[in-house]
Amino acid sequence: MKSSRAMKTLKKSILYLVLVIMAAFMILPFLWMLSSSVKLDREVFNMNPFVWIPKKPRWQNYIDIWTKVPFFKYVQNTVFLTIVVTGLQILTSSFAAYAFAKLDFKYKSKLFFAYIATIAMPWQVYMVPQFLMMRSFGLNDKLLAIICLQAFSAFGVFLMRQFYLSIPDSLCEAARIDGMTEYGIYAKIMLPLSKPAIATLTIFTFVSTWNDYLGPLIYLKSIDKKTIQLGLKMFINQYSSEYGLIMAGSVMSLVPVIIVFLCLQKYFVEGIASSGIKG
Amino acid sequence: MGAKSTDALQKSRKMRNLKKNLIAYSFIAPNFIGFAVFTLVPITFAFLLAFLEWDGNNPVKFVGLENFKALVGDKFFLASLKNTIIYSVGTVPLTLVTSLVMAVILNQEIKGRAFFRTLGFFPYVASLVAVTSVWTMFFHSSKGPVNAMLYYLFKVPKEKLPNWFTGNLVLIMLILFSVWRFMGYYMVMFLAGLQTIPRDLYEAGTIDGANAWQRFRYITLPGLKPTTFLVSVMLTINCFKIYDIAVMLAGGSTNTLSVSSMVLVYYIYQNAFNFWKLGYSSAVAMVLFVLVLTVTLIQFKGQSRYANE
Repeated sequence: MKSSRAMKTLKKSILYLVLVIMAAFMILPFLWMLSSSVKLDREVFNMNPFVWIPKKPRWQNYIDIWTKVPFFKYVQNTVFLTIVVTGLQILTSSFAAYAFAKLDFKYKSKLFFAYIATIAMPWQVYMVPQFLMMRSFGLNDKLLAIICLQAFSAFGVFLMRQFYLSIPDSLCEAARIDGMTEYGIYAKIMLPLSKPAIATLTIFTFVSTWNDYLGPLIYLKSIDKKTIQLGLKMFINQYSSEYGLIMAGSVMSLVPVIIVFLCLQKYFVEGIASSGIKG
Repeated sequence: MGAKSTDALQKSRKMRNLKKNLIAYSFIAPNFIGFAVFTLVPITFAFLLAFLEWDGNNPVKFVGLENFKALVGDKFFLASLKNTIIYSVGTVPLTLVTSLVMAVILNQEIKGRAFFRTLGFFPYVASLVAVTSVWTMFFHSSKGPVNAMLYYLFKVPKEKLPNWFTGNLVLIMLILFSVWRFMGYYMVMFLAGLQTIPRDLYEAGTIDGANAWQRFRYITLPGLKPTTFLVSVMLTINCFKIYDIAVMLAGGSTNTLSVSSMVLVYYIYQNAFNFWKLGYSSAVAMVLFVLVLTVTLIQFKGQSRYANE
């Protein structure tokens, strides 16, 4: 009996050991980032001895990054894009999804097929013709281009529709008999019920818009239009040896996403598990 | 009289139907119009473009299959195709195994389970520019801590220290980074898959004297088949689309990739926006599309198989 308990303890410890090693592997780059962000450039690579927290933390890095590059402008652009794209995405896809899930109409399956068919089509395949088209609309180097690009995804409609399908039709029927319009049913019944789906979509859209690189790289050319990712990359290319500053900028670029993620993570995990399409 | 009333009835039914359709379309329109203009139209355009020669300004020329013929002899295209495939072949199984192991461990009753799950997600939500800049510092050829360790601990002579972002090593670097970044994400899918395996199977297994490994081998693995399949398909498709990871890790300060690290999407981008060979770039894009389509079709086939099981 005793030995089997010892066995169990041993197994548990091995399990924890594996976990801790993996966790260290996951978090190490972030700790290094934080630590380097308050160091002098020459301290960053000092291995002998290596210190996690320097004796005199150089908070100045967090101030300098705002003056060396128009970081505030980048933040402004990114926040604006992320909020508008996420808002539009949720509004229009939940709206469309309601029709696909709860209403009967002509060409319903054909229209829905158009959405489904594009899910297998990577954006990278048509990004060039899309750029040519946007350019001819005069949207080159405009923030609006990024909004048009990201706000109307097939994925959003699909995700919301799947969720609405799980809400019983009888609920809508009852509301119709009570004289509620379809718009009323959408706003007063469906939307409040679909909080988990909305949270999932919010986090997906937020993270992907905030972190997007290739889209802004193609469209946003002038300095005052750039997003944090573009600006940070440009800064790295230009001042490749200012390690402390680069790390300070990096820390700031991921704080908002981490906050949003931590607030909505419960839904995020459910969303990935249930939808399993977005990658 | 009777005919007239059925006529009116029909008319009012038609009106009602029309109203119903119009209401439905009003729901769909805001999204669909944007979707049609910014997605469907460019997709159609992409297929046409692959058969054209165009620099974006001068008149368009129809060239038939010329673009595709040129691909066969283009060493940069072949390199980018090869690298993309090697990268995918390396990343998919490694990510699969690590995320599965993590999921199985975190599926047990363990203290701090939620904390570890959250942690696994950090690499995925963190911005790529930020995390790749840390990786390039870690593996910096002359100053990075990894090479410092090789030098001090393993006594590798200075001139033999590897340069991680060039030559054959660069693809290994891309693979390692991607596994690190993606495994938390796919772990969640495996965790969801694990919940679908009935608990009494494990109880029965324990009663029959199966040890932990046997239970994993004969209960968990078969039970996870559909999830494993889905994860491999998604992962493969995502690997085919690699661009920013490669540019940020191996692109240096000019964002250019050499033959050893060039990938398909990079070549699409380069041909379009650096060389303005729009038709040719679209032909490369078609190759990417065929790759993704093939994997998607395999998925459809597999899905119906698992649905029947």
